[in-house]
Amino acid sequence: MTTRRTFIKGAGSLVLYFNVMPFDASAQQSSAAELPQSLAANRSLDTWLRLDADGVVTLSPGKCELGQGVQTALAQIAAEELDVDMGRIQVLTVDTGHSPDEAYTSGSRSIEHSGAAIRMAAAEVRAILVELAADELDTLPAKIAVRNGVFTIDGAMTPLDYWSVIAEKTLERHASGTVPVKDRDRYRVVGSSAERIDIPAKAFAENVYIHDMRLDGMLHARVVRTGNCEATLSLRADIDTVMDSPGVVKVVRDGSFLAVVAEREEQAVNAARQLAALCDWKHATLPFDESSVSEWLREAPAEVKVVAERGAVGSSGIARNVGRSYSRAFQAHASLSPSAAIAHRQGDRLTVWSHSQGVYPLRGAIAKIAGLDEQSVRCIHAQASGCYGHNGADDAACDAALIAMQVPGRPIRLQWSRADEFLGEPYGSAMTTEINAGIDDDGRIVDWNFDVWSGSHSTRPRGANGAGRFFAARQLAEPLAVPPVGNIPQPRGGGDRNAVPGYAFANHRVTKHLVPDVRLRVSAMRALGAFTNVFAIESFMDEIAHEQAEDPIDFRIRHLDDQRAIGVLNTLREQMSASQTGSLEAPAGVGIGMARYKNSGAYCAVAMHVVVNPDSGQIKLRHALCAVDVGLVINPDGVINQIEGGIIQASSWTVREQIRLDRDGAASKDWVSYPVLTFAEVPAVEVTLIDQPDELPLGAGEAAQGPTAAAIANAVARATGKRIRDLPLTPARVRQA
Amino acid sequence: MSINFNLNGKVVELDVPPDSALLYVLRNDLQLNSPKFGCGLAQCGACTVLVNGQAVRSCVLPAASAAGKDVVTLEGLGSRDAPHPLQAAFIKLQAMQCGYCSNGIIMSAAALLQENPSPSEEQIRSALIGNLCRCGAHGRIVQAISEAARQQQDKERP
Repeated sequence: MTTRRTFIKGAGSLVLYFNVMPFDASAQQSSAAELPQSLAANRSLDTWLRLDADGVVTLSPGKCELGQGVQTALAQIAAEELDVDMGRIQVLTVDTGHSPDEAYTSGSRSIEHSGAAIRMAAAEVRAILVELAADELDTLPAKIAVRNGVFTIDGAMTPLDYWSVIAEKTLERHASGTVPVKDRDRYRVVGSSAERIDIPAKAFAENVYIHDMRLDGMLHARVVRTGNCEATLSLRADIDTVMDSPGVVKVVRDGSFLAVVAEREEQAVNAARQLAALCDWKHATLPFDESSVSEWLREAPAEVKVVAERGAVGSSGIARNVGRSYSRAFQAHASLSPSAAIAHRQGDRLTVWSHSQGVYPLRGAIAKIAGLDEQSVRCIHAQASGCYGHNGADDAACDAALIAMQVPGRPIRLQWSRADEFLGEPYGSAMTTEINAGIDDDGRIVDWNFDVWSGSHSTRPRGANGAGRFFAARQLAEPLAVPPVGNIPQPRGGGDRNAVPGYAFANHRVTKHLVPDVRLRVSAMRALGAFTNVFAIESFMDEIAHEQAEDPIDFRIRHLDDQRAIGVLNTLREQMSASQTGSLEAPAGVGIGMARYKNSGAYCAVAMHVVVNPDSGQIKLRHALCAVDVGLVINPDGVINQIEGGIIQASSWTVREQIRLDRDGAASKDWVSYPVLTFAEVPAVEVTLIDQPDELPLGAGEAAQGPTAAAIANAVARATGKRIRDLPLTPARVRQA
Repeated sequence: MSINFNLNGKVVELDVPPDSALLYVLRNDLQLNSPKFGCGLAQCGACTVLVNGQAVRSCVLPAASAAGKDVVTLEGLGSRDAPHPLQAAFIKLQAMQCGYCSNGIIMSAAALLQENPSPSEEQIRSALIGNLCRCGAHGRIVQAISEAARQQQDKERP
């Protein structure tokens, strides 16, 4: 047997001992600050990784599969560090019963957070197991390699593998952070376009989604409500008539919260319809309409803060000043599956299955509103359609929990209707921005004054204090207190995300005007304020370049000192010259937009070819080109898929989408009143990845949103000579511009 | 009321309320995952199934009107062991993100390929006009359907 002493001797260096040995007591106590954030918060290795019988590696991240492919990317990272094939890895969904707590799956940070934790945890697990094997094989750990989980010496297989050396409690230990991770030049799995591990089950309609869960004795529930959570309910008649409707088990009412539970789903739907006919709702009217919302935002009570300042705006040497304003309407996540949840109360314990982006923060909020202590509530993530941010998922989980508390013993499956989702989800806030810039004799922008007015982009029901943010929380007979809306500070920012210019203007000042109450529920929607701010900045850059008859890419580059930003623009330029789109029928145009998401994430430059029908005002999106730099690429096809989707979704936001408003509030309640781009209308998309193997890996999910909006608006300006500064770029706006 | 129809090649007989939509019967009584609830309004296409070879929206079709007919769902197209060319192509081209719209799109495409075994890209796009995809996988989906059409043609070629 090799002893630790001989190992140290054999390794020949005490320093190496500290570097590679995970067992040292001092390493166990080493500062958690050295670990990646998620690992520091969840230090036990077996929280992240387990070796199950029959050669399976079970990975348990704290990030949810939202259709973005995160499980595959994280499995690649684990497979890489462990030297096992992807086929050996299974990935668990997030469950407060056992998963690491990584809060929310949001902000394109899963690879940065979970990926970094898994990389380090897996490297450490490998080192522990290699040492166990070395002991058994009477050799040095340094002599041992691993091939698909099997230990090898000098290229020859040994009889040992991970599963034969591991004991029950081997991984019940804290990560030390002292094991080196694999060198990037040895990567085989990371950087490859591994097929998504979740796709086959979806293509064969296996049990994938929360909707596919059919628990024994499960009942079906529907809520009855308007889109206004402050609306007060009075019933025109007794609800007993509905109790007599076939299959109805219970009508749940608490204040203005109203729901019905039935044996069969269609019975719940019918009963909900009957209940709705008995309801009178009273609520305040909206103080703005679609055309006045920007003006209203500028006048509304706001928290005003200068969030970035460089130099002194208003300095000398200005040849001309230019002021422009840009805005967007309220927009919806409009997830394809209306929100659903299952809640099951057993005595004083409550289990909730939800497609929330954060089951841990959800648990605290559910416990609070259900009147349970947090340890009595278990929240388990189950997939639904893409959410693109804070949609109705958490609210539906709350609804299901409130209903289940009244119907103990049987699982309650709550399904929102299409209208419940459109009217009840928290929207992406309407926003308006104003840019006042000073330009010198050389046509260079030297002064940059940027103001953004927006509602909050951060009202998730996080923990007990967040419970007041649930839709239903304000309906209860004893409503919960509503905590102040979130105001995400720079450098990430909420409404001011990407409001700080990525351009090296000599002087800049950025002022955020957070309007805490915009009268409609609002929260995080993919890219948050970055969508509108990048649209504004990149539209403005294009306007100035055009006024000065400069090439839009050259004009941007001469204001940039960030080489990676210049890199995506140059790559985009090459794509544009190589593009075989031929001559487009007039009036056609090409526009570009570029940004580094969050000023710290992925770089993305988009060019869009459009054709505009001057009579109808219809914009036809022909073809998008995109250059993207996400640093080290974990899965190239996964990144391309995310960027393609981002461009197409942002295209739909840009030319079509807005929550229609009337005096009562939101009036969009289905796909007719909230149309999105169809198969016949979406552009073709070509993405080029710029590989940066020596840079940190960055998320791709939100990088394309803002650049796409600007590219389209700039293309429309090229095609028509008309500049539209308000989103969406509706046919009416095109005709009137 | 009692109804029977031919589901994926097998006769099924069951008792359901007279006004039940086919979607609820397929999902809840027959425990099939493929037809998805998306809107209940025949606007999004997620619930698409084939009835006598026609792509229909099962969320608004009364189950009673399927009586005596052939109903085919995604489960009836293929399986892991014997995937339909559309399923194989969707996996090969990774033609989804969340996958919630995939069922309806594959069923609409199956109906299209029965009528037109080698559709152009434009014909595919217009056949899918009633199927919404919110993740933006449209380009891959159209390519996957073209690919499946080619595979199917190759297979049928003597």
